[in-house]
Amino acid sequence: MNRPGVATACAAMLRRDLTLAWRRRGDIAMPVLYALIVTMLFPFALGPEDTLLQRIAGGVVLVTVLLAMLLALDAMFSSDIEDGSLEQLVLAPQPLALMLGMKILAHWLTTALPLIVIAPLLAAMLHLPGAVIPVLLLALLLATPLLSLLGAVLVALTAGTRRSGMLLALMLLPLCMPAVIFAAGAVAAAQQGLPWLAPIAWLAAALVLAVVLAPLACAAALRIALDA
Amino acid sequence: MTAANTAVPLLEARALSFLRQDEPVFAPLDFQLHAGELALVEGDNGSGKTTLLRILAGLLHVGEGELHWRGEPMQRDTCTGEILFLGHQLGLKADLSPRENLRIAAGLFGCRDGIGVAMVLDRIGLRGYEDEPVRRLSAGQKKRAALARLLLLPATLWLLDEPYANLDRIGIALVNQLLETHTAAGGAALVTSHGAVSFHGGEPRHIRMHA
Repeated sequence: MNRPGVATACAAMLRRDLTLAWRRRGDIAMPVLYALIVTMLFPFALGPEDTLLQRIAGGVVLVTVLLAMLLALDAMFSSDIEDGSLEQLVLAPQPLALMLGMKILAHWLTTALPLIVIAPLLAAMLHLPGAVIPVLLLALLLATPLLSLLGAVLVALTAGTRRSGMLLALMLLPLCMPAVIFAAGAVAAAQQGLPWLAPIAWLAAALVLAVVLAPLACAAALRIALDA
Repeated sequence: MTAANTAVPLLEARALSFLRQDEPVFAPLDFQLHAGELALVEGDNGSGKTTLLRILAGLLHVGEGELHWRGEPMQRDTCTGEILFLGHQLGLKADLSPRENLRIAAGLFGCRDGIGVAMVLDRIGLRGYEDEPVRRLSAGQKKRAALARLLLLPATLWLLDEPYANLDRIGIALVNQLLETHTAAGGAALVTSHGAVSFHGGEPRHIRMHA
């Protein structure tokens, strides 16, 4: 018999989750449309005043992307628990944390990346100056994986509970505050022509920490969820 | 058989029980399972058959008593990849085809020498349905798609929870044949079943469970 290496197993997991997402590509469009509509509501609610919209643009895009990601987060492990795939994954002779890391990566690729792609459009709708958009994208590239990782831990913790969607939002949103503060801080600093690297560096540091710890926490939480 | 019995048992349970809210789910169990043996777990509904299999697979923690794997206390990393568990939930993704599902399983668990996904699907009776999404298969065909893992993946101990459910007569014969080949090759299996089970070779060991 031949045992697959860790790289083979990682590739299998990633391909599996991306194929599944592709089979249900309507679900990928959902958060994107949601973010588009929410951003569109702001000029209607606040009036089409350029200076006001410009000032809030960075924050609005960040919070909208965060809320849109929250919509899709709930489903990260639920289908795997229902159909028994998670049991098979736990029993596989592979490091569970790494396999879950691949699942989180696939989830980020299918939910956060489309949102980042339309972020320049959202920013333009709110008249964010073109020069600031690269900083916004950089902030999103660091903040969204952080949210995926934090969210994955909470999804794993609430895996056993029924109707965990609302509970998840209530638990995740306070944890997201530092990410939102630093990301919005970087965008605001860039808008005022100030150095914006420090908040970006903080985001990157937090992301490194989360990349290492979150999959381990996920693995532990899911083992407990199955052991009940 | 005598040679196998004197050897260290593959799996040994001593006064094994499982507690749910401090209440034991089943009466303490003692049994040994040697390589090449087949055990039939019997018991009424709710007597803890599935719970027992989940404990042996390592999904549930042992409540009281001891569990030994090849003479050593059973831990998660001592037997990884040697145990194949097939539960009520089949572990198939409904949006993927049987072929894709098996490829994932092979990617995680590895596969036996000289055995390929196409060959296995043919053998298990899913020819013509290899690329159909699992959601469109019948209950029996889904079961067969899950059972195909038994042929593909390398494992010493099979833990099969109701492997005969939803299968037609040919399917049941196929499962019996798989079990026979597996035990003849030095593997062991624990099987739960409600229905009357007749094996081709030898009388299986019986593990009787009481609530």
